[in-house]
Amino acid sequence: MIGNGAVIAADVAPVLEPLTAATGIFAWIWLLIALPLVGAIVLLTTGRWTNRFGHFIGVATVVIAAILAIAMLIEMMGRPADARAFEQTLYSWVFAGQFQVDVAFQLDQLSMVFVLLITIVGSLIHIYSIGYMAHDPDRRRFFGFLNLFVAAMLLLVLADNYLLLYVGWEGVGLASFLLIGFWQYKPSASAAAKKAFVINRVGDVGLSLAIMLMFVTFGSVTFESVFSSAGEASDSTLTWIGLLLLLAAAGKSAQFPLQAWLLDAMEGPTPVSALIHAATMVTAGVYLIVRSNAIYDRTVFAATAVVVIGVITMIIGAIIGSAKDDIKKALAGSTMSQIGYMVLAAGLGPVGYVFAIFHLLTHGVFKANLFLSAGSVMHGMNNGVDMRRFGALRAVMMITFGAFMFGYLAIIGIPPFSGFYSKDKIILAAFEVNLIAGIAAVIAAGITGFYMTRMFTMTFLGKARWDDDAHPHESPAVMTIPLIVLAIGSLGLGASLYYWGDIVEWLAPVTGYESRPIAISTTLLELITLATVLIGVAIAVLMYGRSVPIQPPQKVSVLTTAARNNLYDDATNDIVAVRPTWYAARFLVWFDNRIVDGAVNASAAFVGGASGRLRRLQNGFTRSYALVMVIGVIVVFGVLALVGLS
Amino acid sequence: MNSFPWLTTIGVVPLLGSIIVMLLPSTRTTLAKQVALLVSLVTLGLTIAMALQFNANSTEPFQFVESTPWIPALGISYSVGVDGIGLVLVALATTLVPVVILAGWNDVETSAGNGSVKGYFALLLVLETLMVGVFAATDLFLFYVFFEAMLVPIYFLIGRYGGAQRSYAAVKFLIYSLVGGLFMLASLIGVYVVSARLLGEGTFDFLSLVGLEMDSTTQRMLFLGFFFAFAIKAPLWPFHTWLPDAAKESTPATAVLLIGVLDKVGTFGMIRYLLPIFPEASQFYAPVVIGMAVIGILYGALVALGQNDMKRLFAYSSMSHFGFIALGIFVFTTQGGSGSVFYMLAHGLSTAALFLTGGFLMMRRGGSSLISDYGGVAKVAPVLGGFLLFAAMSSLALPGLASFVGEFLVLLGVFSQYIWIGVIATLGIVFTAAYVLRFYQRTATGPAPAAMVDMPDARGREITALAPIVLLTLVLGIVPGPALEVINPAVERTLEIVGVSDPPPAIDMGEGRQP
Repeated sequence: MIGNGAVIAADVAPVLEPLTAATGIFAWIWLLIALPLVGAIVLLTTGRWTNRFGHFIGVATVVIAAILAIAMLIEMMGRPADARAFEQTLYSWVFAGQFQVDVAFQLDQLSMVFVLLITIVGSLIHIYSIGYMAHDPDRRRFFGFLNLFVAAMLLLVLADNYLLLYVGWEGVGLASFLLIGFWQYKPSASAAAKKAFVINRVGDVGLSLAIMLMFVTFGSVTFESVFSSAGEASDSTLTWIGLLLLLAAAGKSAQFPLQAWLLDAMEGPTPVSALIHAATMVTAGVYLIVRSNAIYDRTVFAATAVVVIGVITMIIGAIIGSAKDDIKKALAGSTMSQIGYMVLAAGLGPVGYVFAIFHLLTHGVFKANLFLSAGSVMHGMNNGVDMRRFGALRAVMMITFGAFMFGYLAIIGIPPFSGFYSKDKIILAAFEVNLIAGIAAVIAAGITGFYMTRMFTMTFLGKARWDDDAHPHESPAVMTIPLIVLAIGSLGLGASLYYWGDIVEWLAPVTGYESRPIAISTTLLELITLATVLIGVAIAVLMYGRSVPIQPPQKVSVLTTAARNNLYDDATNDIVAVRPTWYAARFLVWFDNRIVDGAVNASAAFVGGASGRLRRLQNGFTRSYALVMVIGVIVVFGVLALVGLS
Repeated sequence: MNSFPWLTTIGVVPLLGSIIVMLLPSTRTTLAKQVALLVSLVTLGLTIAMALQFNANSTEPFQFVESTPWIPALGISYSVGVDGIGLVLVALATTLVPVVILAGWNDVETSAGNGSVKGYFALLLVLETLMVGVFAATDLFLFYVFFEAMLVPIYFLIGRYGGAQRSYAAVKFLIYSLVGGLFMLASLIGVYVVSARLLGEGTFDFLSLVGLEMDSTTQRMLFLGFFFAFAIKAPLWPFHTWLPDAAKESTPATAVLLIGVLDKVGTFGMIRYLLPIFPEASQFYAPVVIGMAVIGILYGALVALGQNDMKRLFAYSSMSHFGFIALGIFVFTTQGGSGSVFYMLAHGLSTAALFLTGGFLMMRRGGSSLISDYGGVAKVAPVLGGFLLFAAMSSLALPGLASFVGEFLVLLGVFSQYIWIGVIATLGIVFTAAYVLRFYQRTATGPAPAAMVDMPDARGREITALAPIVLLTLVLGIVPGPALEVINPAVERTLEIVGVSDPPPAIDMGEGRQP
């Protein structure tokens, strides 16, 4: 089988050398963010006259940013491994006392790969959206929000300190709010948008508190200072920082228990889902954890918590994905599950960081591929999403079918498709650290094989179960070309990054890397994983290969029912948070009107000698004023007496 | 010594303007509005000119100082001057007045009240004079005079130009404030007596009072009188119930000045007067104030969540934000203090954005402030919807906007002093998001009710009034440096007087690190 240590570097500890001041092409780091930001501002403020060509502005800014990023990559590759991190300080941002935070950027090997993912996949999604949103009256606004999303995400990965990262972090939250709720006249869309924002805010509490704790511990919140002094902080402090950052990551990356927003987020137009699930947003949590490796390397407890959360989400996402008939929701479950893999890997320490990022990159490409393919299917099927109404689409949309198939083979991890390399490395790493995590990862791979095959079969194979008015057709070139590019990536990115890109060596200076021996042969493990996946595939083929009933079967197991209801996450949130808050609010409204204000009015009435409520004083204003004065004089003399005589 | 009487000029110009407006014939309503706008713009121009000359690195406690004896027998003088804190609040006041004049251009014509047009704008200008005075006074008695005098124009602005229940709200506001003011008067006299005993000659001069070696019993007693007045004005929980009524019955313009600026006198008074004059008492009562503030943050947010009336919702939201501001002042850290002052500024802007956008909506809907009367604004009037979204984001302190800088610094200052208080206060950001977004969801999204389908989008005048607010909110969020540079020294000086210093980080990485 493939790749047994042939290119795996020797163990590397992360280096914390002073960053190089950004010169040459790296003096343009700020422009990466400024381009899409300016695009967003132009598109959102200029009004109707940019309607006709606004989307080109949106596309151009991101494409230029992608070209700039590629140029930076080439420049960076030409430098020695210990001279690839740059910093650029623009100005002093927030300061009071010892708290000093600059608007400053850090571009190193880790942020570089994120910048590439965001701008390149972002560009493809932008281009695709020209076609997908062609008939939407608000297309200009849509591109404005997409640009804002990209800009916020770039700020997030380029910030050199946690507070500036927070700006990008919430900027991403705002952009997702706007895009999930893009069709805001639909109450469901607007509710989904609000839900995403509020749940994300719960995570943001974690990030806020982590930043505060870093400040009181290290006196600074820049990556450089925090990481270089992390070793001197107490264990409990590091554990708390780790757990708070994990809370933040769980919100943004839809990890358990803050995952409930992700499935509802499908209310947004499909390119948004691709953006949220592939290039931006959900990857932010993984970035945060991997970036903070200096913290997690020193706190076993927090790192273990990361693994646990990753494992739980990996499994529940896969289970939910298996029960959905809505193609977008099935893919959303799959995203949860795949991000769970990454979080799991990130919790493993130097064994896993690089593979978390490796999988994040391959997933970014094949998930964008899958979502955009799904969008292309919907485009041809009157925006239908019910897979029970699809079937046999292979013949009518060959390109979409081909692209989806590449994405499908990549995500279930069939060699030589890209998911094989990255997911396999995570499973190996999991076995190196923890047997249970390893077994869970293999099982999740099997479930992935099942739900993806189910999706693939129900959509493209079998008999046509279309609605009567459905006239499926292939999408225009502006949509299929991005699909083809992403399909090629789904095929080749894994192997290229692993063998030619030396992803391990590339990232190791930032994240550290080590490999540990495991009891079981890696080849055997790869075979077991592959066999498990194929079992999942086989079950799905048996169940859905021949016929798919148009109505979802009602006599199903408890687990299926639970999975159809997203494992009751909404019901749980309702009981744990929503309803108590709501009761508290209602009670306090009553308390405020009756008790607090009641006491005020009653005492006013009492003082005024009036029997009724304060309302009656409208006519007795002079009288009460006089009374107040009298009381005042008494008070004044009282104080005088006390102060003067004491 | 600065020779030009900047502060007096900035204070007097709007007063003269109000006299001119009143002298105009009642029929020339447009002219009255134009004159008022012009005068407020001139005042703003003067403020900017003054601010540009402010020296952030000065070692003097106050700049642009003027002093003339007023009632020498009682040691009262007309003394004005500003430090960084006073400067930003004067600037806030003079910025918001032209904005609300423009935004409230047709307030009188559409109000349920019976006041005249010129009277409305004259009152707004008088109020501006008093607001400048209250932030600029460096004589305690002068401060008190402005503090009480402000009640008069606000009383008439609510009582004459407000909604259906305007008289009730105006009287409630007045009596509540008067009661507070009386306690302050009592303490004021107490301070005078004490100063007479300790200095040989009674004085109300702020700088002379700062060094006063008051015994702690006296401090604690006198503190309460001032604090009570400030807690009502701010307002802090549980002295807040006048605010929702006043906000509901005010015109949006009045509400912006009342909540955005006037209420800041309460928190301004705390950091300017309570901390330096009663340092020991401030520390003694800090736990109580912190408790009230934290309750206010969560309580205000939860009650806001349960509101069906948007003006009341805005009022409770402000109460929650005032909790943050008071909290930052009473944790005695640089971040807390500077954050509070910055938040006062930012909150003025976000209040303006909320009330004015809300006001524009209400005007199109027959004055209804009931949230359930709205829906789908983003669809039928996208520009107004955009402003509404911006106001919402500004209220929930989105990073990148001004309120975030204030809120985060406050939370940081709290956290560094009392970790668990910081944690509880930080939870407030979730509730804030909940009520703000629920409000936005109910008004801006979903299907528009039939009565709103033909609603006209924002007009040029309305956009012109809101644009500077949006711009300032962004600029102060992205480049807060210039404001922090003037605020920080004033806050540091105050904390020095109180005699506290920031807790050092657990791991000291400073230059003076010991091996």
